[in-house]
Amino acid sequence: MKEQLKIDFNKIQEVSNFSNKDIEIKKSYLNKFIENGFPNRKQENWKFLDINQIISNNIPDLSFYNDYSIENKIDSSIFIDDLEHNKIIFINGGIEKIDFSYEDKKQIEIIEDSYTIDKSENNNSLIDLNIALSNKHFKILIKKSYSLKKPLIIYHLTNEKMKSKNINLRLDFELEQNSSLKLIDFFSDDSEKNFMNIFYNFNLDRDAILKNYKIDRSLNKNLKYSFNNINQKQNSISETFVFSAGSDYFKNEINCNLKGEYSSAFINGIFSLDDNKQHEIRTTINHLVENTKSYQLIKSVLGKNTKSAYQGRIYVDSKAQKTDGYQLSKAILLDETSEFNAKPELEIYADDVKCSHGSASGSLDDNSIFYLMSRGLNYKQAKGLLINGFLLDVIEKITDAEIKDLLKKMIGLKK
Amino acid sequence: MDTREKDIENLKDYKYGFTTDIENIKAPKGLNENVIKFISNIKKEPKWMLDFRLKAFERFKLLKEPDWQKPKYPKIDYQDLYYYSAPKSMKDKPKSLDELDPKLLETYNKLGIPLQEQARLNGIAVDAVFDSVSVATTFKGELTKHGIIFCSMSEAIQKHPDLVKKYLGTVIPSTDHFFATLNSAVFTDGSFVYIPEGVKCPMELSTYFRINASETGQFERTLIIADKGSYVSYLEGCTAPMRDENQLHAANVELIALDDAEIKYSTVQNWYPGDENGKGGIYNFVTKRGLCKGKNSKISWTQVETGSAITWKYPSCILKGDNSIGEFYSIAITNNYQKADTGTKMIHLGKNTKSKIISKGISAGFSDMTYRGLVDINSKAKNSSNYTQCDSLLMGNKCGAHTVPYIKNKNFDSNVAHEATTSKISEEQLHYCQQRGLNPEEAVGLIVNGFCKEVLQQLPMEFAVEAQKLVGISLEGSVG
Repeated sequence: MKEQLKIDFNKIQEVSNFSNKDIEIKKSYLNKFIENGFPNRKQENWKFLDINQIISNNIPDLSFYNDYSIENKIDSSIFIDDLEHNKIIFINGGIEKIDFSYEDKKQIEIIEDSYTIDKSENNNSLIDLNIALSNKHFKILIKKSYSLKKPLIIYHLTNEKMKSKNINLRLDFELEQNSSLKLIDFFSDDSEKNFMNIFYNFNLDRDAILKNYKIDRSLNKNLKYSFNNINQKQNSISETFVFSAGSDYFKNEINCNLKGEYSSAFINGIFSLDDNKQHEIRTTINHLVENTKSYQLIKSVLGKNTKSAYQGRIYVDSKAQKTDGYQLSKAILLDETSEFNAKPELEIYADDVKCSHGSASGSLDDNSIFYLMSRGLNYKQAKGLLINGFLLDVIEKITDAEIKDLLKKMIGLKK
Repeated sequence: MDTREKDIENLKDYKYGFTTDIENIKAPKGLNENVIKFISNIKKEPKWMLDFRLKAFERFKLLKEPDWQKPKYPKIDYQDLYYYSAPKSMKDKPKSLDELDPKLLETYNKLGIPLQEQARLNGIAVDAVFDSVSVATTFKGELTKHGIIFCSMSEAIQKHPDLVKKYLGTVIPSTDHFFATLNSAVFTDGSFVYIPEGVKCPMELSTYFRINASETGQFERTLIIADKGSYVSYLEGCTAPMRDENQLHAANVELIALDDAEIKYSTVQNWYPGDENGKGGIYNFVTKRGLCKGKNSKISWTQVETGSAITWKYPSCILKGDNSIGEFYSIAITNNYQKADTGTKMIHLGKNTKSKIISKGISAGFSDMTYRGLVDINSKAKNSSNYTQCDSLLMGNKCGAHTVPYIKNKNFDSNVAHEATTSKISEEQLHYCQQRGLNPEEAVGLIVNGFCKEVLQQLPMEFAVEAQKLVGISLEGSVG
């Protein structure tokens, strides 16, 4: 793999026009990645699902170079019709279209950025890989007091031209004071056996609001990793929702740094898995100043041969008095081959805080099934009703009514 | 002065901090095959025991000291420790208590341990371990009547080699982790208990551990076997003198419960915690593991951890037999610069197994406390359930409280529930108590005792009183 990496790295440098300085930086990250390799279960964060093993089992012939000069047709049938929206379209990792037709162009800036690399130490070798190999890198800036009129949907599409490839994507979002953005990541794949590595960085200034919904619904055999880093200033709000179902492997990592007072972070997630799927959500909420709040709710419904993992960490700095932190993860195991893992972690250094977490897992409640069947439903209907009710709880946490409806329709909770 | 105040006055400084001036026999400093042979030789052990030790030592050489734990400590130089230290007068073991060195008896009297016959009224059989060797076991006659074996490990190796050979290292194999393997190589003494089939042990069995000599590590090994349908309740207490250096305590405790047997293991750990600046104190790195081997067996761990500079232990249950039950009740209190990383592991292998974890952590001063636990439900463990509750209480903003539970559920018939909260004592509760005439310290004591009640209730009577006092004392000076 090392040789392949080096060859592909050189190929990428040949076709792109990075400055020498950028190439140097990228090279250093490449070397760091080569040294550490893909993360494995020896690392605490990868204990439950070992990506190194999963990649070598599923994509033994992984390569890293993608030819973006090939023309791709945009299949408009997959667009979401029920909702007027702005679009960014990625096909096979290459950016095809940026369309902010509903917005005031003066209020949004799209900057083709050179590398503003986060200097903070990261021990995540997938981020190293991302920085080393990602191609064009955009930064979307939303100016002061501007709220996007319509949500932005980022379509992550792949087609059959791609196989055994690694895609690295990076986007930066800068939300200036009092601005707001609703962002939907929509995944749709017609390819198989690829590994996508997506890295978003959000900076939220005072009073900014970010709502990010990630929807991975269509069944596919790709492996995905997504990392959201969110820095929040005073009074800002971030809401992240993850619907994790379609890919063979999907790990969502969300890292929130609550750096301003009265800032808050909400993370809600659903795993709805069947047939050999392995998904994970890992969150880290860093409460760094007083009066910050975080809330997390993760629910799993697990079918045959599936595995889900939730690792949630709440860190409360000694300065962060009056923190309110809450974590809840629940799972329903439907089959004897399904498996649920959780590690809800609290790390607390301040005394005037309210932090709690809960985790529960088990099978469907027999009494509830009996109750419903005694009222005339058959077993399948009763089971479906209970599962829908279980998941609806999470959907109801979505604060945007339009998107809530959209999701309910997608999941089949509403006609 | 009322009694409570008097207690506090007495115990304000670490009451057990005295040393006993007694002549010791020590093994040469350092860790090598010769030292292991020395230990084995002085204890007149059979060859299989020496082989067991040497095998463990071979393995030990390959192992790396773990470093994933939360409390970090300066590197221990394992070559700079004495691995064997025994009172000289114990070289030829005394036949009865009358032959015991009076100084030793005095020490145990100071500690309040009833070694002498007049303490018969207490009705607890005690095995006292001083530094590395067991010095006395009381109530032998009464226990023998029931066929119960309660003696030191060295004695058991001599007199009951079959039992020891059969069970030693079956729960904690000598190839386990770093400290367990070290213990397997150099363990010196400890208690051995065997309860025969169908016997309910008529009294509480108790071991009292005392580290006296300096630069010594204490490596004791305890093995408790409850045969079919038997019951035993076992208590363990620990103290050590005040010293500036850190001392290592790495014990192994193995429990085995066969069909329908029940073992209740209670610990009040009050090793010297170091002074208020965090100097000195014991490193308590203990491996405790219980195996519910038979059907319907039950193992229950109760621990009150108030001492030690660093506590790092996870008393665990392997629920192998169908319908077996594992329980873990813990209070851990850290003050000043103490650190604790403790919790439990419940490994469900058999059908219909149940486990319950109640953990209460209190941290004050500059201390740091971590609950780390694992609940692992195997795919074959049909219809199992676990309930975990771990609560932490913080006093002051210089201390830390952390919760790191690992939950693995591989069986869809099983239920796992976990709850945890972290908070401080609410102003309202304090106000309420003070309004009714308690001073702030008493109010905190009352609230803390209430917070710990679920665990204190699990302790045998004699221990519960002591533990309750300890809880109050450990938090002394942390309010205000």
